[in-house]
Amino acid sequence: MKQLGLLLFILLLLAPGALAQDMEHEPWTCPEDYDGQTLSIFNWSTYIAEDTVPNFEEACGVTVNYDIYESNEAMLARIRQGNPGYDIIVPSGGTVQRMAEEMLLIPLDLDMIPNVANVIPDLLGAAYDPENEYSLPYQWGTVGVGYRTEVFPDGINSWDQVWDHDGPVAWLEDRQTMLGIAHLILNNDPNSTDPDEINAARDYLIENGGNVVTVAADDGQVLLERGDVDIAVEYNGDILQISWDCECDDYAYAIPDEGSNVWIDNLSIPVDAPNPELAMVFIDYILDAKVGADLTNYIWYASPNQASIESGFIDEEILSDPAIFPPAEQVAKLFAIIDVGAEAEELINNAWDELLIFLGQ
Amino acid sequence: MTRRIRRLQQNGFFLAMPTIAWLFIFFVLPLLIVLVVSFMSRGRGGVAIMPLTLQHYERTFGVFFIILRRSIGLAGLTTIICLLVGYPLAFFISTRRRRLVQQITLFLVILPFWTNFLIRTYAWRILLGEQGTINGLLLSLGMINEPLSMLNTQFAVLVGLVYGFLPFLVLPIFASVERFNFRYVDAAQDLGANDARAFLRVVLPLTMPGVLAGCALVFIPSVGAFVTPDLLGGTKGLMIGNLINKQFGGSGNMPLGSALSIVMMAVVMLSLLIYVMAHRRERGA
Repeated sequence: MKQLGLLLFILLLLAPGALAQDMEHEPWTCPEDYDGQTLSIFNWSTYIAEDTVPNFEEACGVTVNYDIYESNEAMLARIRQGNPGYDIIVPSGGTVQRMAEEMLLIPLDLDMIPNVANVIPDLLGAAYDPENEYSLPYQWGTVGVGYRTEVFPDGINSWDQVWDHDGPVAWLEDRQTMLGIAHLILNNDPNSTDPDEINAARDYLIENGGNVVTVAADDGQVLLERGDVDIAVEYNGDILQISWDCECDDYAYAIPDEGSNVWIDNLSIPVDAPNPELAMVFIDYILDAKVGADLTNYIWYASPNQASIESGFIDEEILSDPAIFPPAEQVAKLFAIIDVGAEAEELINNAWDELLIFLGQ
Repeated sequence: MTRRIRRLQQNGFFLAMPTIAWLFIFFVLPLLIVLVVSFMSRGRGGVAIMPLTLQHYERTFGVFFIILRRSIGLAGLTTIICLLVGYPLAFFISTRRRRLVQQITLFLVILPFWTNFLIRTYAWRILLGEQGTINGLLLSLGMINEPLSMLNTQFAVLVGLVYGFLPFLVLPIFASVERFNFRYVDAAQDLGANDARAFLRVVLPLTMPGVLAGCALVFIPSVGAFVTPDLLGGTKGLMIGNLINKQFGGSGNMPLGSALSIVMMAVVMLSLLIYVMAHRRERGA
């Protein structure tokens, strides 16, 4: 009797999963002739599900080498010095544009990637690669504010609350994002290349950054967690990570109403890739509804895959979280960063150095 | 005879060749490249391109000057604090009668080196944090009502630098004091000097080489410190090392970074020059 109860219990646990499994979805199959070949992937750290690569190896009968990097710059530097043998890289939007201009990417053959039909149409044809000649979206997310709910019981809905907060704040070490937010508030183009506008954005940030104790490279969430800051301007995934780790409601993430930055990481093939055809097969595999959903369920970033979202493969908990999939009216106010060219790049650089110097005065 | 000396000299030159070649290829040449790059313009992605320009030096002595001044100030203060703490410590260690006590205390000075510098500096973040160990202790003892803001200040950088570089000052002073013959103190006192006078006129001058070497060993790495201000300083404790580091990422400005480095090197060279001159005067006196 006891055993029967246990059996029933297990069945009950399995049931919702079994229901969600769309019976119509056929598992992704690998085109033939790739048996025994090798694929080298160069991806951000902690940015793939545990079974994504093993399943691909099994489906295609191939071996995958997997290597990780920590920043677009680090990856770019490696490829610039001559591709050491990678077939797949995952550059962010602006980096795609820059690499395409420097002829560091191989054009994609969309005929080999039928699953491109699964991608959310709004995420295709972004300003950095209008024809998706070189890139297809991998995951996307936003930059916003992570805050301690104890300090802000009513939440944060405006950048003014960040600027005016009487307590320690951490900003993100991402010059174009931070200046872009200031541009947005000053009603300028977030990717402005105008010297006066860039200086105005710099001055706006210096003026409103009196409470900034640190400009953190990518560990604002750690400072928040340790109580060193009350607000951290950060990537949504990082803030979600700490709420997830502590299983508590101490931290929350919000995109202020004025708007913020949206980033899209993309699958691309670097120049001199040893096996570009298998790379395109891999891109098709990632864009499969089930594979893409498993990926998102594991790393908790927003999926660009319409089919994954509609098929119900993605956990409801993730789909209904506005911090991961922001509502449409917020999405409308998000800006993507594009490459601004050498001249504006230098202006932005100088403005950022000056900002760092004067924030601490 | 003279022929033999000449041959020895020739052999000496040949024996030194590998070292000279090494120094030239890996020190002189890179230094020259940095010098040349510092006068070039910034290209896309932060690389150096023609034409030549002085604008990076203008910026170094313009907007960057406050940070340069702060770095020299913090390094100077670090050296003074290390000296005030380190000299008595080195004196204590080298005047122990029992060899074992001396060895143990010396061992304790070196012990922190067994742990990676990055980890030790990171530990200070946990100690100095808003909800860190020190604040927790002071709060529970009722000595303060609100946590002190220690992390992300110049104070935190100073603590980190003194902590990190103190052994570099203790060791050379220890070596100097150990060689010091305490009969000189007896002689000074026989001639009527009190303790303070004997210390200032006899002990200090004779241990000066160790003091100067120790100060140079603390000041030089402090002025270019990067890890300590990066982890402990936040916006208020930013030092020149952090700004140089930022210029060499994919979207930095290598010529500007080179100009900043050259100026930093000049500061270090100047302090070494002071060291050498002071040392020479010591020996001459």
